[in-house]
Amino acid sequence: MSGKTPLAKARGLGSAKGGTDHFWAMRVSSMASLLLTLFFFYTVFALIGADYAAIKAYFASPVAAVLAALFVAVNAHHMMIGMQVIIEDYIHEDPARQLLLMANTFFSILIGAAGVLAIVKLSLGA
Amino acid sequence: MAQAKSKAARPLSPHLQIFRPWMSMMMSIMHRVTGAAAYFGFALLAWWLTAAASGPEQLDFVNGVFRSALGQAALIGLTWVYVHHAVGGVRHMIWDSGRGFTKPSINLLARASIVSSVLITAAIWAGIFAKAGVI
Repeated sequence: MSGKTPLAKARGLGSAKGGTDHFWAMRVSSMASLLLTLFFFYTVFALIGADYAAIKAYFASPVAAVLAALFVAVNAHHMMIGMQVIIEDYIHEDPARQLLLMANTFFSILIGAAGVLAIVKLSLGA
Repeated sequence: MAQAKSKAARPLSPHLQIFRPWMSMMMSIMHRVTGAAAYFGFALLAWWLTAAASGPEQLDFVNGVFRSALGQAALIGLTWVYVHHAVGGVRHMIWDSGRGFTKPSINLLARASIVSSVLITAAIWAGIFAKAGVI
């Protein structure tokens, strides 16, 4: 067991090489979201006036179901890491900060999971 | 930093209230505000999808809410919010590529994102209303 402090261990080793992960995740998810958004508005337009059978038939297409599920998942991820920055910028006191960050994670994943499951059920459900 | 609490009333650097609001600053604020609004608006999509997966009656109920005057106003507003955030995102991609940093181009991008977000929103809803037979 080393008697060195954590700071002494970290000194001189350079950065943790993880500083740009969040920045890059924001860029990748925004580009993915932008492309999938074109498909989303196409879907909205295609489903205007559609009855229940037509909606199920639309999502029965594997292409439509995969793109719709990706649209929901990518945006759930993008909104999670986006709201994380907003909370970190304005809320500095723990435990409020920690609880809000957790609530953000729970809410975003709930929205994403609910949306993706609904699309899977619409696509595969009898 | 996160836990810093100063007891003495130390001078602060100039903040929002001391600056004249200018275009790029307002657009930066709008990008964050529209992002936060879209965050909660996205729950409406999950609601619609969950209702559609639950059955025709549940879907009819959500469609009824969305077709009400308040529902339509909310959806049109959220469409603009979403489109504005998307267009603002494209603006950031242009900056990320190292372009568009001169003062005229920053102001041009700011104006272009307001105008294009309104035009795109109008086009989307004109298409929706036309297909629904409302106009």
